[in-house]
Amino acid sequence: MNTSSPAAAQDDLDRRLVLATQAGLPLVPRPYAAVAQQVDASEEEVRRRLAAMLESGRIRRIGAVPNHYAIGYTANGMSVWDIDDAVVDAVGERVGALDFVTHCYRRPRHLPDWPYNLFAMVHAPGREEALARVGEIAALIEGGFPGACRGRDVLFSNGILKKTGLRIGG
Amino acid sequence: MPERRGVAARREPDDTDRRLINALQGGFPLVESPYAEVGVRLGLSEDEVLSRLRSLLDDRVLTRFGPMFQIERMGGAFCLAAIAVPEAQWGRIVETVNAFPEVAHNYRREHALNMWFVLATESPQGIADAARRIEAATGLAVHLFPKEREYFVEMKLEA
Repeated sequence: MNTSSPAAAQDDLDRRLVLATQAGLPLVPRPYAAVAQQVDASEEEVRRRLAAMLESGRIRRIGAVPNHYAIGYTANGMSVWDIDDAVVDAVGERVGALDFVTHCYRRPRHLPDWPYNLFAMVHAPGREEALARVGEIAALIEGGFPGACRGRDVLFSNGILKKTGLRIGG
Repeated sequence: MPERRGVAARREPDDTDRRLINALQGGFPLVESPYAEVGVRLGLSEDEVLSRLRSLLDDRVLTRFGPMFQIERMGGAFCLAAIAVPEAQWGRIVETVNAFPEVAHNYRREHALNMWFVLATESPQGIADAARRIEAATGLAVHLFPKEREYFVEMKLEA
């Protein structure tokens, strides 16, 4: 390993861990030992490093990513909102706190075609339920921030084309 | 594995699968034999946990099992992007876009902007570069929607 400092060595191990596990954790009785072999570290070091990466947020979680269609969430609606910039963050905090919202972000508008600056992903067993939940979001915004919402749309997904997660180059 | 088939699941999870999926959405143990430990919690043998996980992945009920990296905390970047794809070119554009390793997820959505994908790159500059290369390969404009702020959400779906 051509690394000049302990910090660089550590970054390099993190990177090798990403490369070794980005496609998934090995499905063998001792997965961390299998990863350790690939990254040229001890099993204990791999587990310690993964724990540290979880602690620092470099790993969000270790677990299963369900195909949400397969577990009954067939309606996946990306609700998008044109919210007054003065209150968009306050609105975003409230919307993100709803239990049926799985992602919530502020993003740039692309005027004139795309006036929306707040994105809230809604998953539900069907479109009607999803639309009802979008209605709840609209009511919440109107109740808390009258006049702040100038427009909205819901983009339903009608097909996953790819879902591999991130892949960095080796 | 032709990507154009999409990733529709090939079967419904049974009750045991659902318990396993729910138990595996986070907090996977960092111990020598983690699958055995998960099995103990659910009353399943290590073999059964492993074989069910294999089958759930093969049948695409799960799209992945493992660590979810926050590439931004490691110097990299994610960015949502969208293209308005003319219907007549749909198949070719799906193949072209999915062939880019930087494309982590890709969804078809009902809108003039009908293709929405996430770019993941090892550096923030990589996003604009990947977008330019996708524009060159497709001949279509790539609209970038970088997140300016993320609001807190709990990322779990009950199976």
